[in-house]
Amino acid sequence: MVDKTEMLDELEKGPWPSFVSQIKEQAEKNPISRDLLRQLEQSYKDKKLYWRHGGVVGVWGYGSGMIGRYSARPDLFPGVAEFHTVRLNNPSGWFYNTKSLRQMCDIWEKYGSGLLYMHGMTGDILLLGTTTENLQPCFDELSSEASFDLGGSGPGIRTISCCVGPARCEWACYDTLDVTYDLTMTFQSEMHRPSLPHKFKIKCSGCPNDCVGAILRSDLPIIGTWRDTIQIDQEAVSEYINGGFDIVSYVINRCPTQCMRLTEKELGINDRECSRCMHCINVLPKALRPGKERGATILIGGKTQLVEGTIISSVLIPFIKLTPPYQEIKDLVNKIWDFWGEYARGRERVGEFIQRIGLGDFLEGMGIEPNPYMVAHPRENPHIKFEEYYREGD
Amino acid sequence: MPTATIAGIELEVDEEGFILEPEKWTPEIGEEISKEVGCWPMTEEHWKVVHALRDYYKDYGMVPPLRQISKVTGFEMKRLYELFPYGPGKGPAKIGGLTKPAGCV
Repeated sequence: MVDKTEMLDELEKGPWPSFVSQIKEQAEKNPISRDLLRQLEQSYKDKKLYWRHGGVVGVWGYGSGMIGRYSARPDLFPGVAEFHTVRLNNPSGWFYNTKSLRQMCDIWEKYGSGLLYMHGMTGDILLLGTTTENLQPCFDELSSEASFDLGGSGPGIRTISCCVGPARCEWACYDTLDVTYDLTMTFQSEMHRPSLPHKFKIKCSGCPNDCVGAILRSDLPIIGTWRDTIQIDQEAVSEYINGGFDIVSYVINRCPTQCMRLTEKELGINDRECSRCMHCINVLPKALRPGKERGATILIGGKTQLVEGTIISSVLIPFIKLTPPYQEIKDLVNKIWDFWGEYARGRERVGEFIQRIGLGDFLEGMGIEPNPYMVAHPRENPHIKFEEYYREGD
Repeated sequence: MPTATIAGIELEVDEEGFILEPEKWTPEIGEEISKEVGCWPMTEEHWKVVHALRDYYKDYGMVPPLRQISKVTGFEMKRLYELFPYGPGKGPAKIGGLTKPAGCV
């Protein structure tokens, strides 16, 4: 049995699921989880964290996928003296079959705490808590029996993740699942053998709703968009109106660029002014659809917290058609790595690097022509002072 | 701090066995450590990386970033991982008697 956990018990109250209940369940049969619970209770009592950021742990041939974590008080909590995390690469869109999940869980109960976190910030499955000694046999079984591979960690490309895309969503402007799979396979070596100045994340969102939060949570967001006009079904618009839906209040007045109007029960959109906020399409799913000429916008530099603070990505490639084998994206990624890898300071994210040297110099280093669409936010000034790019006489 | 006797010399080491007294390091110690990090027998290629790390450490007081290791030694990243399956940063650092490279979650 576990010691008294008065503080943690508070977190079990209320109608919500509780991670404490989950750990308690595991603690009945697993000594690692038992000490995890005890250490956590102590942390709440002392208002102090008892984790020590660990050294580098890993498995043979890989430089990533395992994160060292140690208890600061192994004398009091021997079960969590070593509590390393294993990151497993997630399949595109997080689709699993029950068999592979069962296999993974069985292996994890055998070698680790039995606690999972699905899914982490980068999209990986996180297996929380095992010893250094168990890392190798655990990975061997996960890779050979359950066919899981390690995800990314350390200063390299991280596990690529995406929204459900065309598998389950009508708004997807490109095949996010295929792009994610293709890029993951292409950059396997770089993911498992990190050698960049800092982490580099790619996330693929099928439309500007950006369900994976790519714009903020990745260095290279690939966000679906269209370059023609929003498709309007006027009959469906009439149906909404006849059904008593207040289009003016809920759609037209809420358009951030005020580019919509309603005349004689017909909806009109000035697409030149549209900033792809997706509000009207989300509210009127039967009447409006993204345009027919679909592709993606590639952005650059997003990150959260630490060092320079949060940075929202800004536009790098305004529009690109995405068709296999996605060579343009692969070339672009390699070019970014070459330039940023060569000139960045240690532990400097690409967004911070661009802030330091300026987007103009970054574009020059990449060999990309500056473009007025390269904005931090829609309808705001671009980062670049364009006059310096004009030659005399232009 | 724990101590370990490697190649007949008693040394202070950290909990993962990285030597904390670099001035006492000898190639024989490196050869001995190479056994535990899967690099034994050490070849010329192994030593090239170890010496590159030691030179860099002498100048900058830190183990170089991986990209730098690849650049200085001329080995592709894949080759470096073949040579040092324990990691091309911490493997040669441990053999060369240098401190453990900083990790990154």
